[in-house]
Amino acid sequence: MADYLMLLLGMGLVTYLPRWLPLHYLSRRSLPQWFIQWLELIPAAILSALLLPALILDGTPRNLDFLRPELWVALPTFVFAWWTRSLGGTVVVGMLLFWLAGKVAPQWLAWIR
Amino acid sequence: MTPPSSTERPTTLRDGLNAGWPICLGYLPIGMAFGVLAQKAGLTPFQIGLMSIMVFAGSSQFIAISMLASGASAPAIIATTFVVNLRHVLMSSALAVYLRDAHRGLLSLYAYGVTDESFAVNLPRFNDHNWSLSRALVVNHAANLTWFVSTVAGGIGGRFIPEGALGIDYALIAMFICLLIYQIRKRIHLLTAVVAGLTAVGLALLIPGNTYIVIASIVAATVGVIIQRKVLKGNSSNG
Repeated sequence: MADYLMLLLGMGLVTYLPRWLPLHYLSRRSLPQWFIQWLELIPAAILSALLLPALILDGTPRNLDFLRPELWVALPTFVFAWWTRSLGGTVVVGMLLFWLAGKVAPQWLAWIR
Repeated sequence: MTPPSSTERPTTLRDGLNAGWPICLGYLPIGMAFGVLAQKAGLTPFQIGLMSIMVFAGSSQFIAISMLASGASAPAIIATTFVVNLRHVLMSSALAVYLRDAHRGLLSLYAYGVTDESFAVNLPRFNDHNWSLSRALVVNHAANLTWFVSTVAGGIGGRFIPEGALGIDYALIAMFICLLIYQIRKRIHLLTAVVAGLTAVGLALLIPGNTYIVIASIVAATVGVIIQRKVLKGNSSNG
């Protein structure tokens, strides 16, 4: 629990400071242009860095696996998210498809492999 | 704008809640999904609630849970949280313009609740000059309270949901997919995402642990900025 509290303190601090510093100090000056551009790209970068390994890597040590249901379910989920732009809907559809894939996939995966 | 008075307080609360309820509605399912996943990762409802209060940042809480579940170290989780939440620098900078004369203490309290969602609700209203810091604070704290309650509820309910039921393991990936779609607004975002994804896969194959997330993100965003600047210079239309 002490370790967990230290983790939360650290996470809380690095979350609060980027929210607080500009409000406190930066009301008159503005950020350099390159830094604004860099910050704008960070969310797309970090989400993709989280997502792609989760879709195509498996095991420890990690290895490439293009037959994971995570990957194949992601394709229709991407299309759904693109068309609807609904976060809640995407989560529900993704979960549903993954659950269905768990029911169906073992048979045809065995057939492919 | 009239100065705050005792008769204005109900309007402040009502205006804030009127603006903030869509956030709360959106937080309910996501917060509960977070609670369920956190419970599966071994956190108690108390620990979940503590995180929702002390950190209060949806996506980095999800990331922290997936990193905790895969046995990542605290420094790696904190570093990832930092990079994920750096984007709030942008939002707070945009908000700061409208809050120059604000009370310092209230401003520090307001900073606590700057999220993607509250920013999206508060900024246009500040921009229209029909918004106040107290109304914005109502929005932020209604959102925070909903987040706290729904994550704890998910943590309590999570133990009644069997392993792998209804594809709950996919909730996080599906959420990341939709959040990524939101972020791809121009070609440069797509390019950055592709570079980040491939770099992350390459690094994850080479080095153990979860540092690949931060490294790949920084590399990709830097490559993106360099390409963006090169292209702009090449066009020489606006440099």
